[in-house]
Amino acid sequence: MDGSRREFLKLAGLTAIGATGASSVRASGGASSATGGHAEASSDGVRLAMVVDLRKFSRDGSLAERCIEACHRAHNVPDFGDDPKNEVKWIWTEDFETAFHSQEFHFIREDLKGKPTLLLCNHCDNPPCTRVCPTQATWKRDADGIVMMDWHRCIGCRYCVVACPYGSRSFNWKNPRLGLEDIDINFPTRMRGVVEKCTFCEERLARGQQPACVEVCSNDEIVFGDLNDPGSKVRQLLAERMAIRRKSGLGTQPEVYYVIDDPRTLQEFAPAAVVDGAEGGDHA
Amino acid sequence: MYDAGKIIVGLLVFVALATSPLWFNALFGESPAAPELKLPTNGSTECVEARDFMVANHMDLLNQWRDAVVRTGTRDYVSTLNNKTYDMSLSRTCMDCHSNKTEFCDACHTYLAVSPYCWDCHVEPKGAD
Repeated sequence: MDGSRREFLKLAGLTAIGATGASSVRASGGASSATGGHAEASSDGVRLAMVVDLRKFSRDGSLAERCIEACHRAHNVPDFGDDPKNEVKWIWTEDFETAFHSQEFHFIREDLKGKPTLLLCNHCDNPPCTRVCPTQATWKRDADGIVMMDWHRCIGCRYCVVACPYGSRSFNWKNPRLGLEDIDINFPTRMRGVVEKCTFCEERLARGQQPACVEVCSNDEIVFGDLNDPGSKVRQLLAERMAIRRKSGLGTQPEVYYVIDDPRTLQEFAPAAVVDGAEGGDHA
Repeated sequence: MYDAGKIIVGLLVFVALATSPLWFNALFGESPAAPELKLPTNGSTECVEARDFMVANHMDLLNQWRDAVVRTGTRDYVSTLNNKTYDMSLSRTCMDCHSNKTEFCDACHTYLAVSPYCWDCHVEPKGAD
C-alpha cells in the first residue's frame, strides 16, 4: 500500500514537471516567432510604394494643392470647409516639422522648414489598422501590399482610425454627398458612418493608369512603383538619394518615402530655381 | 351546444368580414399593373447572362461581382451566355445599357417594396434618357 502510494506520488510529480516544462518551451517558441514575423519587407510579388521628392515640391508651391484636388475630385471626397470634426481627407499637407515630429530637427534647412509636406496613407507593410478591424473591411492585399478598404463591409466602429498612427483615416460623420458639388459617377461616394482613406488608386491601377496624385506630377515629383523590382524608379531613387519615412520607429514599415536631399543636387533639372531654393528664397 | 345557431351565424359573419378585402378585390378589384421595364435604348440586345437568370438572380450576381472586384481585385467576368468578357462594374457595365435607374431598377424595386442600398454610395448616371 505504502509502496504504491510512493510510486504514485513520484509519477504525479514527474508528470507535473513534464507538463509545465513542455508548456513553457511552447510559450517561448511562440514569442520568438511573433517577433520574427514582422518588420520584413515582403519578398514575393509586387510591393507598391511611393517616393515623394520634397526637393522638387519645395520648388513648386501649388503642386501639393493640385495633387490634393486631383485625388479628392477623382474619389468624391467631400469638402465641409473649415469644419475639422467633419473633415474627410485622403491626401493632405502638414508642415515638414509636424509631419516628421518624431524626428527632432534643429536649425534645419530653409527649403524644408515649415514647408507643406504631402501626406497620405502609408500603406504600411505591417499595418496596425487592419489588425483591429472586426469585420475585415480593411486588409493588406497579398498581391501588391495595398492596404485596401471594403466600404460595403465597414460598420463604422472607427477602431482603425484610432489604430493608424498617421491620421490617414477619416470618418464620415455626415452624409458625404452634402459636401460634394460635382460627383464623379465613375467612383462611388461613401455613406454616413463609414471610414475612408487613400487606396493608392487601386481602381486606376487596375485600368493601367497611375495614381491621380502621381499623374499630376509631370516631373517625377512623386514616383510610384514596385519596391521589389530592383530596376524600378522607386528603387533607383531610394538607392541614390536620402529618404525618410514617417514614424519609422513604430515598426509599421510605412511605404511612402520622402526624399530630403539638398535641392542643389537637382541642378540637372532647373539650375536657376535650385539656387534660390537652397538659399531659402522664394519657392513660388 | 347552447345557442348554436347564433354562434355559427356570428362566426360566418366574422369570417366574411375578416376576409372581405380578399373577395372584394377578387370580385371587383383590378390587379395592380405589373411593372414594365424600359429596355436598353443603346441597341444592345443581350445582358451578361440570360434574361430569366438575370431577373431571378441579378442581386446574387451583383454581390459576386462586388466581392470579386473589392476583395480579390478580379474585374473580368466571362459570361456563360456568350463567352464575352465584361468589366464587373455596376456603374460602368450595368448602367451603360440600363442607363435610367428610375425606369429600370426602381420600377420593380418600388413595386416589390424592396430598397437595396446600392445607390447610397454608387452614383446613378446623370442626364439619363
